[in-house]
Amino acid sequence: MSWYAALGALEQGLVYGIMAIGVYLTFRILDFPDLTVDGSLPLGASITALALTSGINPFIALLLAGFGGFLAGMVTAILNTKLKVLHLLASILTMIALYSINIRIMDGPNISLLATDTVFDPLINFGVPGYLASTMFFVAFAALIVVGVIWFLYTEIGLSLLATGDNPQMITAQGVNTHTIIILGVGLSNALVALAGSLIAQNQGAADVNMGVGTIIAGLASVIVGETVFGDKTIPRAIIAVLVGSVIYRMAIALALGLEMGRFSVNPSDLNLITALLVIIALTAPTIKKKLKKV
Amino acid sequence: MITLSSLIKYFHQGSANEILAIDDVTLKVEEGDFITIIGSNGAGKSSLLNCIAGTYPIESGKIEIGDQDITQWPEFKRAKLIARVFQDPLLGTCAHASIEQNLALAYKRGKKRGMGFGVKSRDRSFFKQELQQLGLGLENRLLDTAGLLSGGQRQALTMLMATLVKPEVLLLDEHLAALDPKTAQQVLDLTQEIVTQKKLTTLMVTHQMKHAIQLGNRLIMLHQGKIIFDARGEEKSKLTVNDLLSKFYAVQGEELADDKMLLA
Ligand SMILES: Nc1ncnc2c1ncn2[C@@H]1O[C@H](COP(=O)(O)OP(=O)(O)OP(=O)(O)O)[C@@H](O)[C@H]1O
Ligand SMILES: [Mg+2]
Repeated sequence: MSWYAALGALEQGLVYGIMAIGVYLTFRILDFPDLTVDGSLPLGASITALALTSGINPFIALLLAGFGGFLAGMVTAILNTKLKVLHLLASILTMIALYSINIRIMDGPNISLLATDTVFDPLINFGVPGYLASTMFFVAFAALIVVGVIWFLYTEIGLSLLATGDNPQMITAQGVNTHTIIILGVGLSNALVALAGSLIAQNQGAADVNMGVGTIIAGLASVIVGETVFGDKTIPRAIIAVLVGSVIYRMAIALALGLEMGRFSVNPSDLNLITALLVIIALTAPTIKKKLKKV
Repeated sequence: MITLSSLIKYFHQGSANEILAIDDVTLKVEEGDFITIIGSNGAGKSSLLNCIAGTYPIESGKIEIGDQDITQWPEFKRAKLIARVFQDPLLGTCAHASIEQNLALAYKRGKKRGMGFGVKSRDRSFFKQELQQLGLGLENRLLDTAGLLSGGQRQALTMLMATLVKPEVLLLDEHLAALDPKTAQQVLDLTQEIVTQKKLTTLMVTHQMKHAIQLGNRLIMLHQGKIIFDARGEEKSKLTVNDLLSKFYAVQGEELADDKMLLA
């Protein structure tokens, strides 16, 4: 792998890592498998594209994207808690609806952002070379998110969120409305995913309605790789693990893409299959191990 | 003071397997009453506590605590006034949270939660002091997760959590049933100690006739969703296990007789 490819993989690992932390919040902490993310990632990108092409400040565009993601997550959680739709189905419904909404927002399937301002401009104006500016920004931003999420999980509301996923009966008996907490938690998760979507769009200079395909699988893969490699004994460790897992995952992809075996080589379009297989293996390994032991 | 007026609770109402779990129960619990509740399996004891706590909605009737009508309150709102310990030790604590985090969660029971730190350093010494009362050495393990504790330790911790903020009513549903005899006795002593010390109004479900007689100032027996026996004060203190058993057999005999009549 070239140094340039490695830098690219690091960059992607960090920015998709923010998304993966969102997935961690729902999948692991709330025990709420949430596929909304496949729609809220391009939602963040679409909102950003519309905002930037309308001349809105890129940092405000980023905030708007996060806010949009929060609303999308809220919709899924409200469908589940208040209207009793199964969580998985609720999230698929929101995801499907977002496809149409994203095209409405962009007034088409994609928008180029090559000519607009981005959040990297201040760094570039400061004299940082373009290819490093985004990496530096992602390092700082991912660190900020990691610290913010860890801090949040130690607050009173954050503890209630942990307990809601762990033992809803107990936390209800302590006077917490678990519906409110789930709505907040899934909202927050999708806000992070949309923030990632906004940054990805600004970095690659385009927003595309299809850029969210496979987001949940990549997020799960990062969570699982992180837990396996780095461990999840404490909350801070688990959150950092997700980010580390995401970087490892992107590095592995970069390596796989460079792989050639005779006439066979891995295409970018093969990645979803490879990732899905990876997640299946990781998810089923404990069960299969147990079964093998019994035999 | 709690007042239950003509409580009715069905499960699967209107279907073929309709169950009348609580059948027109009226009960006035005085401030400071410690009531033990007995009854055979399926008598409706858990249902009664669950209806009071708001876990299940009731079909009709009225539930008041003090002068507040809480019949329409959702479960989480009732937690302001009601604390619970469940039969399953796993249900009372959050396994992935530390002992101090569990206590901090309980210390906020029924209060607004915000963005302040969940565990406040100024509360730690108070938590330690309270844990010391349990005599289990948990005061030295504030940072251990609750999942590491044994069933008895978890149940003792849950007892403490339930009473950290004084509730108007404490509901105990067979909270000793999953524990070995020795641990059960320890948690029972603890229950008595805390209830007396904090003068808690308490409803305790138990299958141990001995406990039902020993503890509290009033005993009620449920059968098929109805209160069929209610003894208090001196009458209760004179009860023996045999008295209670014969009451059991009396109602169950009736049931057998009913069955025979149906078959005849
Ligand atoms: N969630 C539920 N759904 C349907 N039926 C229920 C439910 N909970 C209780 N029941 C039924 O209501 C009746 C009363 O049950 P309950 O659990 O209150 O009995 P109990 O007195 O607590 O018995 P035990 O001593 O076995 O705990 C039983 O017939 C039971 O099958
Ligand atoms: Mg019961």
